[in-house]
Amino acid sequence: MLLILLVFANQVELKAFDTPNDGGSSITLEWHPDTLFNSYVIFRSVDPEGNFEQICELSDRTTYFDTQVVGGEDYYYRVEARGRESAVSSYIVGPVRAFPQIFNTSRINIAVCIVVLFFAIIYYITRARRGQRLFIRKIPGITAVEEAIGRATEMGKPVLYVPGIMDIDEPETIASMSILGRVAEKTAEYGTPLYVPTSKAMVMSMAQQVVKEASIRVGRPDWFNIDNVRYLTDDQFGYVSAVDGIMVREKPATNFYLGKFYAESLILAETGFSTGAIQIAGTALPDQLPFFVAACDYTLLGEELYAASAYLSQEPVQLGSLKGQDVGKLIFVIVVILGVLDRLVGFDILYNLFNTAQQ
Amino acid sequence: MSTEIGVWIAALLTLAIYSFLYKDNPFYKVAENIFVGVSAGYWAVILWFNYAWPNLFEPLIMRGSVIYLIPIIVGLMMFAPLIPRVSWLIRIPLTFTMGVAMALVILQRIQGEIFPQLQATFLPLSGVSPMQLISNLLIIFGVLSTLVYFYFSKAHRGVLGVFAKLGIWFMMVAFGASFGYTVMARISLLIGRVYFLLHNWLQLI
Repeated sequence: MLLILLVFANQVELKAFDTPNDGGSSITLEWHPDTLFNSYVIFRSVDPEGNFEQICELSDRTTYFDTQVVGGEDYYYRVEARGRESAVSSYIVGPVRAFPQIFNTSRINIAVCIVVLFFAIIYYITRARRGQRLFIRKIPGITAVEEAIGRATEMGKPVLYVPGIMDIDEPETIASMSILGRVAEKTAEYGTPLYVPTSKAMVMSMAQQVVKEASIRVGRPDWFNIDNVRYLTDDQFGYVSAVDGIMVREKPATNFYLGKFYAESLILAETGFSTGAIQIAGTALPDQLPFFVAACDYTLLGEELYAASAYLSQEPVQLGSLKGQDVGKLIFVIVVILGVLDRLVGFDILYNLFNTAQQ
Repeated sequence: MSTEIGVWIAALLTLAIYSFLYKDNPFYKVAENIFVGVSAGYWAVILWFNYAWPNLFEPLIMRGSVIYLIPIIVGLMMFAPLIPRVSWLIRIPLTFTMGVAMALVILQRIQGEIFPQLQATFLPLSGVSPMQLISNLLIIFGVLSTLVYFYFSKAHRGVLGVFAKLGIWFMMVAFGASFGYTVMARISLLIGRVYFLLHNWLQLI
């Protein structure tokens, strides 16, 4: 028995190294599998001569990521392979320390993608700033904005603008704020009241700034009423019940739902529909779009929401950005075609290039 | 019938909210105001105990990390509109939040949405069953035509227009499926509420 143990002793070849491409919070352990053993027990210590504490026991793997380490500190490891009748241990491996990597090399594909998009956007912004006319196709929902505000003005009723239930760290909310600026300009120009109930305090602050500045731009600072841009509650359905209340009591002739919406989308759109308001909606969440399509007069689908602000403002930075993104889409169309052909001939180069599962 | 006061309050508020299906009425107004007021208060407490205290005030006051004074100063700028002379200061926290969020979102969207979607579209067209081939072709053409629909730099005319129309059809089919699926989920929510009324409150079932 002793002979057997000696023969297998030190046969577990353990490798311990800093986990690559992470923030310095993990050490990777690897060893070779052996059919004689059915479990591997991992021990760790901060001192090669000190006590090693067991940190885990594995039966089906020969790799372990130790995430219970402090970055920059030295650690020592050993693995004990256990079988039915025998057990062998590896050498003590160390010192190993976890440290952060500045670049995650597995994300180079994403970096390349961002750089390409960046230069495409900069190129088109420069062209737009030089005064070149950049063509953007007509989007029906956007062209209806003015008509919808005009309708509310003729009826002597207010306009309701719902910017979604998420905060200003969501792209949809930012796009919504941009469109709100344009809507506020028009409503201020016509002297039509504009209600903007919000679900987040920062969105309220931002909306107040946007509406106020829009009223100043069109020379109607007196039109701006800070109480019309107000915070209701952070709670999703509490917010919806309050907005529904505004709809049935104030009876706005035009409702805008532009931003990020979840389960409240249909409740809002159906209530608005029941009050007879003209409704324009837009969101990038595919799960909520069907409800807006079903219950609203116009719907901005996905990226049309982002395109809307550029289209309405005709501002060079936004137009250039939109055109740059179009370049990205064109590249993606080509990549899809090439990727399918790549799989057809069995190379799988592009398939592996766009793999993000291991990042 | 239940004897718990909490169940009675929940049941009566549920009925008051559902009364909106008939028309706006005083019961709905009461329930709405309670809902908005209570939830706003609840969220204020959540934001304080889950975000502001552990992430900001606790490290500053208990551990003396003065670096946390920076976010406090930036946060206080949110109140700048109360003083007209310095109201412009509010732009600093707003633009900072937006800038950081956008930088993070770009990476997240490319890594989490665009690349996996592209990879999932590289589907095999050989060595698969005829039904699988049709399914793969539908997905490939669906993705390509939908991408074409969202191309804003050219008018949707000619071949591009045909592809864009195809893209709209694909999206509408997807929306229809999603609509049906979600309506089913909403009905299960309604069942849950009716069950609460009949079981917990009235104890009829």
